[in-house]
Amino acid sequence: MQQDLPRPTRRLGGVAIQIAILLVIGVLAYGAIVNVTQNLARAHIASGFGFWNNTAGFDISQTLIAYSASTSTFGRAFWVGLLNTLLVAAIGIVLATLLGFIVGVARLSRNWLLARLAGGYVELVRNVPLLLQLLFWYNAVLKSLPLLRGSMTFPGGAILNNRGLFLPRPEFGPYFTAVLIALLAGIVAAIGLHHFARRRRERTGEEIPIAGPAMALIVGLPLLVFMLAGSPLTFSVPQMGRFNVSGGIEILPEFAALVVALSVYTASFIAEVVRAGILSVSGGQTEAAQALGLRSRVTLRLVIFPQAMRVIIPPLTSQYLNLIKNSSLAVAIGYPDLVQVFAGTVLNITGQAVEVIALTMAVYLVISLFTSLLMNLYARTTAIVER
Amino acid sequence: MSAIGDQGYLRALPAEPLSPPPARSGMFGWLRVNLFSSPANVALTLLCLLFIALVVLPLVRFFLIDAVWSGTDRDACLASAAQPHPGACWAFVRVWFSYFIYGFYPLGERWRVDLFFLALAFGVVWLSWLSAPRRAIGAVYFFVVLPVLSFVLLHGAPPIGLKIVSTSLWGGVLVTIVVATIGIVVSLPLGILLALGRRSELPVVKLVAVGFIEFVRGVPVITVLFMASVMLPLFVPERLAPDKLVRALIGVALFASAYMAEVVRGGLAAIPRGQYEAARALGLTYWPMMGLVVLPQALRVTLPNIVNTFIGLFKDTTLVFVVGIFDFLRTIEAARADPAWAAPNIAVTGYVFAALFYFACCYGMSRYARSVETRLARAGRQ
Repeated sequence: MQQDLPRPTRRLGGVAIQIAILLVIGVLAYGAIVNVTQNLARAHIASGFGFWNNTAGFDISQTLIAYSASTSTFGRAFWVGLLNTLLVAAIGIVLATLLGFIVGVARLSRNWLLARLAGGYVELVRNVPLLLQLLFWYNAVLKSLPLLRGSMTFPGGAILNNRGLFLPRPEFGPYFTAVLIALLAGIVAAIGLHHFARRRRERTGEEIPIAGPAMALIVGLPLLVFMLAGSPLTFSVPQMGRFNVSGGIEILPEFAALVVALSVYTASFIAEVVRAGILSVSGGQTEAAQALGLRSRVTLRLVIFPQAMRVIIPPLTSQYLNLIKNSSLAVAIGYPDLVQVFAGTVLNITGQAVEVIALTMAVYLVISLFTSLLMNLYARTTAIVER
Repeated sequence: MSAIGDQGYLRALPAEPLSPPPARSGMFGWLRVNLFSSPANVALTLLCLLFIALVVLPLVRFFLIDAVWSGTDRDACLASAAQPHPGACWAFVRVWFSYFIYGFYPLGERWRVDLFFLALAFGVVWLSWLSAPRRAIGAVYFFVVLPVLSFVLLHGAPPIGLKIVSTSLWGGVLVTIVVATIGIVVSLPLGILLALGRRSELPVVKLVAVGFIEFVRGVPVITVLFMASVMLPLFVPERLAPDKLVRALIGVALFASAYMAEVVRGGLAAIPRGQYEAARALGLTYWPMMGLVVLPQALRVTLPNIVNTFIGLFKDTTLVFVVGIFDFLRTIEAARADPAWAAPNIAVTGYVFAALFYFACCYGMSRYARSVETRLARAGRQ
């Protein structure tokens, strides 16, 4: 009988299984390495990261740091792609969070029509593949914008056509840093005022109106400095040329499509997370708040949300990570993100599949781990304090 | 009695009856409670109505009322004197419909694809209908018989008279369904093994399982597919380099297993310790304990999550598009590029048709998951 075996025998079985697994992995890895070396040698492909400092020789349509096809290296192209990924992910996360919270709260609205519209949005968007939505925004919506000749122009100088959105570019004068310092000082002072007011309210029960003074500090102070410094801000307005638009900030249609698709898609998941979080706060909390005389909006802000956030944060984090990983779909529409530039173009030019794919995956792993770390820190600050 | 009226603090006349509270039942009562209960609510309702009038109604008009339903080329869908604002071009979908389903699969052999769809539907109904008879045999059919049968049917077997059809001719819904089916058939057993490995007491087993799961879940699905399609051929001798579709299938199976493993782990965690201890007390060793006591319960409670993961997998099958496989979405893209159908409304029509297909599949599955969930909740209360 099996259960009568003395313990060492059972442990021996475990050790045997583990050794077998190690052996199988070892043999597979060895075979893979041998084959890779042979295949690479046959195709005359170098190995190692020697290509990192070679001249790239290809253009990238959106670069946040200086880059040129003729002088920049593959390493530089890697950083350009990584920054583009981070840009899209950061903007996508902000928009998806806003939209997701609005829709999530709207789904619980007592207004039947609003709740149904929000529910319809969530069901529709969640059940259609992201890639399909991305292609829809890019090929069906943005590509059907007017051509260069029929560009739409907006008051303030923005131009919109199927090559992108062109916005006026701010040009900062010599004393502009003073304005920024004033803004920073205003914010710090407003926070201080808020703390002072709260301390006083807790001590004496007196309510000091701080909205007006805080506004004056945050908006008024920088504005004053701006005037004193002689308005050190001008805009370079994009100009319509015969074949192109010159000047201004160019927002690529690929970028816009990716941001819209990622935020619309992720928002539908965030809405569900938010809804579940709010429903997890027991009804007694709302009733208690109402019994204390809090109005419904104050109840939501001071009673429901702080408790719901604890439930919302962990799944919200995984939605953020999904958004970052999904931004790699950029490759389907040609937005120059890390995967498109590095695992696409650089891989095709150098042929060094192992190094390029491994590095790309490592970047996403690091981003994933870093984001989880940040969110865990936040979750710790919002955890229930047991007394 | 007249003195009462003179007291000053008493009424001279009986109080007027209060008007009844606003009706809460009936159509008007329902409207008042749900749409017009307060000024803010009225404003919200009006905003929603405005949204419906400005967005939803024009969409209905575009896709149904102004739509073009028949025609043989782009001329039917271009703006003309007869139809100044043509809507969606459903004629395009009608003409390309069989391409969307079968890809370039040879015309004479398409009955094999139909038979495959039937065999698959049979297995799916058998497994998903919770009170179907002999579901254990159904599982064997789905995870063992069906893959072999499908391979013989779709790829071909010359000895029994089925011509070989190269995978480069496969396309459309056929490929989407094949990728999704392989995904679930491979990922469920592999996912269970990985989940067990993750909870194992053997350090090497645990390390391998955790490493694999966390690695695959930490990187984008696209990079896993890229790895399968560009790195895999390097890992094997040149003459063994697998077919393009097979490489994509390996990639899909890899990431699906990692995601499935986490779902199964959740189910395992939901089983109380007492079950393990009772099984041990009965003298069961590891595999009988898992196979007879723990897994049947864990898989039952986690079935809704498995279906939800499968919905994600079904949507992610579109990503094989990026490594050059002709799945359903790719056939839409290919048909859209046909110059004979170059019209401004073709792209929208194609994408909306694809969206309808994916929506119908995914929404159906999520309704099923929800119904299983309520059934489990009912069973749990008893």
